[in-house]
Amino acid sequence: MANAHAHEPGLLRRYVFSTDHKTIAKQYLFTGIFMGIVGGLLAYVIRVHLATNGQPVPGFGAVGPQQYNSVVTMHGTIMIFWVAMPILLAALGNFLIPLMIGARDMAFPRLNMLSYWIFFLSTVILLVSFFVPGGAAAGGWTSYPPLAVSPQYSGETWGVALWLLAVALEFAAFLMGGINFITTAINLRAPGMRLFDMPLMVWMQLSASVIFLFSVGPLIAGAILLLLDRVVGTGFYDPARGGDPVLFQHLFWFFGHPEVYVILLPGLGAIAEILPVFARKPIFGYRMIVYATLITGVLSFLVWAHHQFVAGIDPRLATPFSVTTILISVPIAVMLFAFIATLYQGSISLETPMLWALGMLVVFLLGGVTGIHLGSAASDIYLHDTYFVVAHFHYTLIPPVVFSFFAAFYYWYPKMFGRRLNEVLGHLHFWPTLVFFNLTFLPMFVLGFAGHHRRIANPQFFEALRDPTLVRMQWLATVGAVGMLVAQIPFLVNLVWSAWRGAPAGENPWRANTLEWTTPSPPPHGNFAGPPVVYRGPYEYSVPGRSEDWWPQTLAPERGAGA
Amino acid sequence: MESSRAPASASGFREATEVPTGRLGLWWFLASETVIFGGLITSYVLLRWRHPEWSSEASHTLNAAGGFNTLVLLSSSLTVVLAHEAVAHGDLPRAARHLGVTLLGGLVFLCVKAFEYSHEIAEGFTPLTSLFWSYYYGMTGLHALHVIGGMIAIAAVALGVRRGRDAQRVEYVGLYWHFVDVVWIFLFPLLYLAS
Repeated sequence: MANAHAHEPGLLRRYVFSTDHKTIAKQYLFTGIFMGIVGGLLAYVIRVHLATNGQPVPGFGAVGPQQYNSVVTMHGTIMIFWVAMPILLAALGNFLIPLMIGARDMAFPRLNMLSYWIFFLSTVILLVSFFVPGGAAAGGWTSYPPLAVSPQYSGETWGVALWLLAVALEFAAFLMGGINFITTAINLRAPGMRLFDMPLMVWMQLSASVIFLFSVGPLIAGAILLLLDRVVGTGFYDPARGGDPVLFQHLFWFFGHPEVYVILLPGLGAIAEILPVFARKPIFGYRMIVYATLITGVLSFLVWAHHQFVAGIDPRLATPFSVTTILISVPIAVMLFAFIATLYQGSISLETPMLWALGMLVVFLLGGVTGIHLGSAASDIYLHDTYFVVAHFHYTLIPPVVFSFFAAFYYWYPKMFGRRLNEVLGHLHFWPTLVFFNLTFLPMFVLGFAGHHRRIANPQFFEALRDPTLVRMQWLATVGAVGMLVAQIPFLVNLVWSAWRGAPAGENPWRANTLEWTTPSPPPHGNFAGPPVVYRGPYEYSVPGRSEDWWPQTLAPERGAGA
Repeated sequence: MESSRAPASASGFREATEVPTGRLGLWWFLASETVIFGGLITSYVLLRWRHPEWSSEASHTLNAAGGFNTLVLLSSSLTVVLAHEAVAHGDLPRAARHLGVTLLGGLVFLCVKAFEYSHEIAEGFTPLTSLFWSYYYGMTGLHALHVIGGMIAIAAVALGVRRGRDAQRVEYVGLYWHFVDVVWIFLFPLLYLAS
């Protein structure tokens, strides 16, 4: 390390206003985990309120209809924008991209720091909005007008304006981050690392950043118009003055659906890194997975109107959007099959990261399959805005956001903190989470098929929803949700305890090939003593003729080996 | 492909492609800006289709002032190119002077725009008059913010270049300024001429 990084920065520069991608990754990670706890507690409020006929929620109090809307809105907003995005994209991307491609840092370290602090500001604004007069935004996480524009509908006064401000700042932060990710992956690769030598995680982060960058613009435009409607009093979305509320839905979902893949792809990237290591086999169909990722990215821009089948769009649009929506399941299925084929005849070891990765594949499959019901317009018209939709998107988003994240967390924690997590606590975390997750959301499919509408503050208000079976399903879901929250305690204990008491990890605890495992754990400022030279792809496991079952990317070929 | 397996240069870490990292980042930034304006322009055009009566409202915009501003903005793009040219010849003071002229162009553009706004508001066309005027003020206002942002960046780069620092940044602010120019080329016919 005897290079330009000789002088140690001060404490403030090292831990707070740091430009080091690893520190920024940790900042995103802990902000994301904190917001995850906030969002999880909001879920607790929703579930207990629904299961107890509006009795006061222990620790929170009675939830009125206005407050219920606000809690649901903020739960969705936080989980998507302040948990999934900072953790999967910002934390994992920041930590892994430079390490995996053999770079010292991001292409623009100061921009990287700026993006975190803008994100931090947006987090503060969002949290403050809980305490302003009228409460936080209550128009749903999609903020459709006129619900979000007119206080007479949503009941709040400041909430939506602050919500828009927070979301706008957050998007600005992630745009900066995305530009950084893309530029870094393209230009800062170590000598010898061609694009097709990049680990799939880097491909997925790169694709997710490109998708985000090209999809978020229209929503930024749409949010500016919504803010003008709300604050200045223009009528962009007001049909009485020539505007169109469905326009916002188009602008929102043009971003909103690609956003699903922005979250999903880094999640799949983590799985793609973990499966080969714990099956000791090369990933099945590396290039096929890359191409499937790129095709997914393109298709993700052509499916958005499936969110609007009942919004009064031209019925002639319904069929093409049904077709593209079903079509996008093909490249995703290609990836899942490739992952399953990777396991075939592997020597699988079921350590905690692998458990989460396998769990992700199982539950995500259920999410994907139920997407077919919603993708085709005919069945969506019945299921739209029912609990079936709630169950479906939790089955598609929780696999990447929770399962993939934990897989990644248990896998890269040793690199990040230099110590290993406790395996027993890991199992105590995984199994209850898996069981309680299914207990929470399987009943919601039943509720949805029975016609139970979502976003109803008190189901008891409706005769049909007082059916004992439906009430029982709501109960089961609540028991599951509380159980799932409690199941996160071993994780928090593990996270803190292992940081000080865990077994030292060493450079490469999993005997993995990729570049991040060739640096000390945790990697020093500047990551590598010199540029690593890459000789091969990232997944050369159990290569015939080698005594060891892994083959690091940086290991020079032996002379005369003819490789 | 084999050449990309070449060993590291003497400096160790280097750029993997031929494109400088700064330029690469800027192109992606412009791509993200393009979709923001793209979203706005698309929604404007779609609504315009539905509202043929907007053409009579568009006739109240000042075509002459808008045309003059188009000329000013295009000329300021030329001086940015000249600044880039000067950097290529190693003449940094001349590059800084050309950037100064560009700044002047931006300033004239903003003054004319302010004159237009005040004239139109005096005539009774405020952002709340109708949806057309909401779009007019919203889109030209966002564009004007980009002009201001570009001017701040150009001023910062010009100060650096005059002291002989970061000459490669002239190209980057130049690209950004061209982008602001191109957006205007779309806005001008859509909001002024199409009546």
